[in-house]
Amino acid sequence: MTTMTLVQAVRDALHSQMKLDPSVIVIGEDVGVNGGVFRATADLIKDFGDDRVLDTPLAESGIIGMAMGMAANGLRPVAEIQFLDFIYPAFDQIVNEVAKLRYRSGGKLSCPMVVRAPYGGGIRGGHYHSQSSEAYFTHTPGLKVVVPSNPYDAKGLLISAIRDNDPVFFLEPKRLYRSVKGEVPEGPYEVEIGKAQVTRPGKDVTILCWGAMVPTCQKAADLCASRGADCEVLDLRTLVPLDETAVLDSVKKTGRVVIVHEAPKTCGFGAELAALIAEEAILYLEAPIIRVAGFDTPFPYALEHVYMPSAERIALAVGKVKNF
Amino acid sequence: MKNKTPQQDGLVRFLDEEGNVRHPLPELDAGLLLRMYRNMVHTRLFDERAMMLQRQGRIGFFVPSYGEEATQTATAAVLDPNDWAFPSYRNPGVFLYRGAGIFEMFCNLFSNEKDLCLGRQMPAHYSFSDLRLFSISSPIATQVIQAVGAAMAFKLRKQKQCAITYFGDGGTSENDFHTGMTFAGAYCAPVVFVCTNNQYAISMPVSRQCGARRLADKALGYGFPGVAVDGNDVLAVYVAAKEAVERAREGKGPTMLECVTMRMGPHSSSDDPTRYRDQKITDEWKKKDPIERFRKYLTNQKLWSDKKDKELEEQLKNELVELAGKAEKVSQPTIESLFDDVYEKLTPQLEKQRGQLLLERDLIGKFENSSESFPL
Ligand SMILES: Cc1ncc(C[n+]2csc(CCOP(=O)(O)OP(=O)(O)O)c2C)c(N)n1
Repeated sequence: MTTMTLVQAVRDALHSQMKLDPSVIVIGEDVGVNGGVFRATADLIKDFGDDRVLDTPLAESGIIGMAMGMAANGLRPVAEIQFLDFIYPAFDQIVNEVAKLRYRSGGKLSCPMVVRAPYGGGIRGGHYHSQSSEAYFTHTPGLKVVVPSNPYDAKGLLISAIRDNDPVFFLEPKRLYRSVKGEVPEGPYEVEIGKAQVTRPGKDVTILCWGAMVPTCQKAADLCASRGADCEVLDLRTLVPLDETAVLDSVKKTGRVVIVHEAPKTCGFGAELAALIAEEAILYLEAPIIRVAGFDTPFPYALEHVYMPSAERIALAVGKVKNF
Repeated sequence: MKNKTPQQDGLVRFLDEEGNVRHPLPELDAGLLLRMYRNMVHTRLFDERAMMLQRQGRIGFFVPSYGEEATQTATAAVLDPNDWAFPSYRNPGVFLYRGAGIFEMFCNLFSNEKDLCLGRQMPAHYSFSDLRLFSISSPIATQVIQAVGAAMAFKLRKQKQCAITYFGDGGTSENDFHTGMTFAGAYCAPVVFVCTNNQYAISMPVSRQCGARRLADKALGYGFPGVAVDGNDVLAVYVAAKEAVERAREGKGPTMLECVTMRMGPHSSSDDPTRYRDQKITDEWKKKDPIERFRKYLTNQKLWSDKKDKELEEQLKNELVELAGKAEKVSQPTIESLFDDVYEKLTPQLEKQRGQLLLERDLIGKFENSSESFPL
């Protein structure tokens, strides 16, 4: 076991899987010589050479389209998009191509590839270095969407993602890159895709969250505990395929739900969760579901601390559903 | 090309590194020359001041344009006030030349309520729409095709104006660059594409960015001229840009300029260029400094002197310190303003969200600022 930050765990996952499997390669802007703007690919080029760590021209559709072609032809590319906010030039390649290849070829072709991208706010990044646009991808059948919240999961989930035979979007909470540390085993190991984790058991209110919001929700749960509400925090870890059983089990136990995400409220993934709960567990509910989310505005710069769901705002919502 | 015979290295150039004229120069107004010089010095000092503010932790982020002062200044100098410019984040010199207020620029850096975009964007993403300087966004090259749109609006309304757009060497790889070039060629749009080839896209040297050795050659494939100039020779950039703008106004269509220069500083305040760039490269380029070169020329022409230079620098520095100080005192944007301008009018949903947030503020008291700072 070594103590490392989340971004070091990402790098460690890439390193261990590249060592194990020569078909794994890393591509993206500034990932080689520079080691990635967040250092997630630091020195990989030294260990594996520039045939396996490719600095690409500045074109996201190129990165994704090339990864797809490589993946369909025997390689396992891990493509880095420097910030999730810059993925949109590749949207066509992702939504119409990568996501549909297996289906449209009658299962004859596939593109086992991973798209890694730092996402989310809280780092003074303004409109274009802060977005949480996971919902565009969860809304696209054919893509798996994974969001780790701690170093152990980041490494294990990334290794699983690379070994997965379907395209996996691996969204990294950049706010936690260096602010969370944890024990990480040496060498490769997997954390199963599609499994949520209760990070704090509780009986009064379920808080559903993922990625960078997990520590914030833990903090909120501490606040709530001091105010007499016992929260269960469920870290979804994978959004697609969703661990519905874990969600419903927790909701059936507590009967009260708060859903937290950074993305704008309207059509955020929280809406999907609320609908699922309404469809499958409405009779267990003791109070309306509340979403604490980003506002329906672009991500702001000066006011980002107001925009981001805070432990205090989450605690208010917990209070509301608890005392309904 | 009338006035432009490329030199041995394929670049249009009038001044050598010592500021000597090496190629017959068209007549240029002394007032214009001095205004350009002032703007170049101003840009350098503004960048230095802003970087200092960033290093002192007083602003969050900055993008300096060290070494690119000639390209910015000369391309802005050929424009009329009615032309539209679509800059990138590394163009403070374009904003300064067109008369953007220094105080307002600092307000942008402090992201306060007097920032013209109300503190909503990262620092160095200015928006001076009254001066026809388009609002800057971070995504690379998106502005290129938008400039073509502005140019087409001029053309369709039969106005003799043009649009100019700025992007980097890395930008020439993005979809929107190619789309912009395609559309401009197809419609013969009155637009000038300025590629500031500062030879790096963060860590990526232009030699690995694409197979083309001269980025200006890309224009050929789209059916209009591409001209490569020494981007550190303000006179060469001016002459080439002037011709490009005239071509556009005369209805002869687009031109692409490749201004070859060097990004002398880091990519941004968060970047460490020593990870990927040999110091020798920038040391070598120091000898080609555009400001020094132009100063030598002006001094040779008896238009400038060391004394005047000192006075100018002092005056500009004092003003920058004063205005930065003034901007630092301006309040941050109000919480209410978060919801404005998403649409022309607040939607019922936004109104509800705003109401709820204000209620929560009253309950909580204060929203704590717990942002981490990170390389961007
Ligand atoms: C679409 C997009 N992808 C990636 C980035 C991240 N990024 C910011 S600046 C930059 C390099 C830009 O290089 P260049 O176009 O040469 O302009 P320069 O910064 O040198 O002025 C990159 C990759 C971005 N802003 N937008």
